[in-house]
Amino acid sequence: MNTTQQNYALQTEAVQKIYESDFGTIRAVDGVSLQVKSGEFVALVGPSGSGKTTMLSILAALLQPTSGRIVLDGQDLANMTEKTRVSLRREKIGFTFQANNLVPYLNAIENVELMLRLNNRLDKAGKMRAEELLARLGLGERLYNLPGQMSGGQQQRVAIARALIHNPSLVLADEPTASLDTERAYQVVKTFAGLIHEQNRAGIMVTHDLRMCEYVDRVLLMQDGKLTRVISDEVEIRDFAKGVGD
Amino acid sequence: MNKESGIKENIFLSTFLAVKEIWRNRGRFLMVSLVIALITLLVLFIAALGEGLGNGNREYLSKLDAELIAFQSKSDLLIAASRLERGRLSSIRRVEGVGDAGMVGAASVNLVLSETETPLKAALLGVEPGHIGEPQVVEGSQLSTDLADEAVIDRNTAIQSGLQVGDMATIRVTQGTRDEIYSLRVVGITDGQQYGLQPSIFSPFFTWDRVRPKSEAEVNGAEAVGNIILIKLMDGVSSEAVTSRLLAQVKNIDIATVDSAIQALPGYSAQQSTLNTQGAFTLFIGVLVIGGFFQIQVLQKVPQIGVLKAIGASNKVVAFASVIQIVVVTAIGVLIGGLLALLFSLTFPPTVPIVFNGTTSLIAIVALLLIGPIGGLVSIRYAVKIEPLKALGLSS
Repeated sequence: MNTTQQNYALQTEAVQKIYESDFGTIRAVDGVSLQVKSGEFVALVGPSGSGKTTMLSILAALLQPTSGRIVLDGQDLANMTEKTRVSLRREKIGFTFQANNLVPYLNAIENVELMLRLNNRLDKAGKMRAEELLARLGLGERLYNLPGQMSGGQQQRVAIARALIHNPSLVLADEPTASLDTERAYQVVKTFAGLIHEQNRAGIMVTHDLRMCEYVDRVLLMQDGKLTRVISDEVEIRDFAKGVGD
Repeated sequence: MNKESGIKENIFLSTFLAVKEIWRNRGRFLMVSLVIALITLLVLFIAALGEGLGNGNREYLSKLDAELIAFQSKSDLLIAASRLERGRLSSIRRVEGVGDAGMVGAASVNLVLSETETPLKAALLGVEPGHIGEPQVVEGSQLSTDLADEAVIDRNTAIQSGLQVGDMATIRVTQGTRDEIYSLRVVGITDGQQYGLQPSIFSPFFTWDRVRPKSEAEVNGAEAVGNIILIKLMDGVSSEAVTSRLLAQVKNIDIATVDSAIQALPGYSAQQSTLNTQGAFTLFIGVLVIGGFFQIQVLQKVPQIGVLKAIGASNKVVAFASVIQIVVVTAIGVLIGGLLALLFSLTFPPTVPIVFNGTTSLIAIVALLLIGPIGGLVSIRYAVKIEPLKALGLSS
């Protein structure tokens, strides 16, 4: 691995995921190479069936690619045993999902602390950090509320706190605003982006809502399993988010 | 993290998750515990009923200090069908290796309580004072002679009749075509010695032969006839060797061990196997109920288990959490059921044949505690097999 590669928290090379079906070969992800630096928040967008969720699952170590390399913090995900992948998900990756994010019988603080418990790192300092993080996300009064007692936006914010509490190298978000109204969606993504920058994590958000790209540093467009366009320019990103980009 | 501390951490985390889920859904889990409590109650009562009925049949025989019992040959080891003249007793006592032998006669009599009360049906057992077969009294004294008009009553007779040491026990029997009334002085009380599901009264053998119910032919019979002869062996003598000698030297007898005689009691085996089958079926129903509940529970929790696995919870943590939940819910159910059984047992009159025997109850409780994990096996396997990708709807 050369020096340039080491600067990236995440790097993929020619990642492929191929399924064989009765209808022939499906290339869900077809030779995707990308790099994300620490402190960078990237949006992975594309139409339905473009392969973005499959790509996210591969990056999350939930799915084995057919070929290619995925290097996270210097570790190649492609050739790991299932046990190592579970450890990697626990230690190096933070997740927020579209729905069913939280464990329903744990309150907000317990849900966040769960990541520390899983990593056997729950101590007094960890508990304080969880409280502070939730307070920063505007949930200081909701620490002991169960998910069922919170709104969708509040639940997503708890999920964000859980995704960040254990200092992961990579934070992945799958459609984090899908169940939120526009105002709350903006709020959630803005907070998410702010924390990723502040805590110097590499963040990737899969979204179909282009407006949410306003807060990201880079937009990666996928189509038919391929990475078709990368938008890095701030102005271009704003325009893209407003729907004026081509 | 080394292997040992890893296991410890997994158990801590699983316990945390299991206990939190139970506590935050306590209503739902309590319902299952209550179902288990009812199953426990039923199983314990069936076991206690089996013990009580079995005890009522075999109590006298099972407390005997005898190794062997002599029956009339071809009587199928049925005490009531066996007839042995008292003369056989001396023949048996003479056989090498026999330490003691005692004749026992069994009959059923009505114990007259008062004019207004229904007579109490009791077993009248004729025994040889000072020999095997005579139970030890816990109050009063032993029977004095072979001919005394005395009786020793068992605790059940004492409770049900109100008779005490020194009282006269009045029995009514039919001899030939006449109803006869006899009075026997109660000289002692023994512990529970039920025979044929009846409380028992012991009298000296010859007294028994005089006062027992008789057919017309027996009324004028010359020789006293009992039913069985109990045999106690000398120390260190092989029971097989003595059995062979007895069969060779005493004509027209069959020899059985006490256990075989108990098994041959009329209806005893059938009754016990019926109750055991009922108990086993109730346990089986318990397995299905718990299995069904936890399977439905896991099916409802698929996304939640998916999230746990996606964020790095291992299969061990998920499986341990399920096992802990099942064990806790089952244990609470068994505890409640056990307490209810104890509470109910205190309200039953002594005439109800329900006996909570420590060993039988313990076996039932262990079996009940096992039905949870057995019933939950399928759900645990299902939980472990959940793929986070599918559970979270991320699979293509």
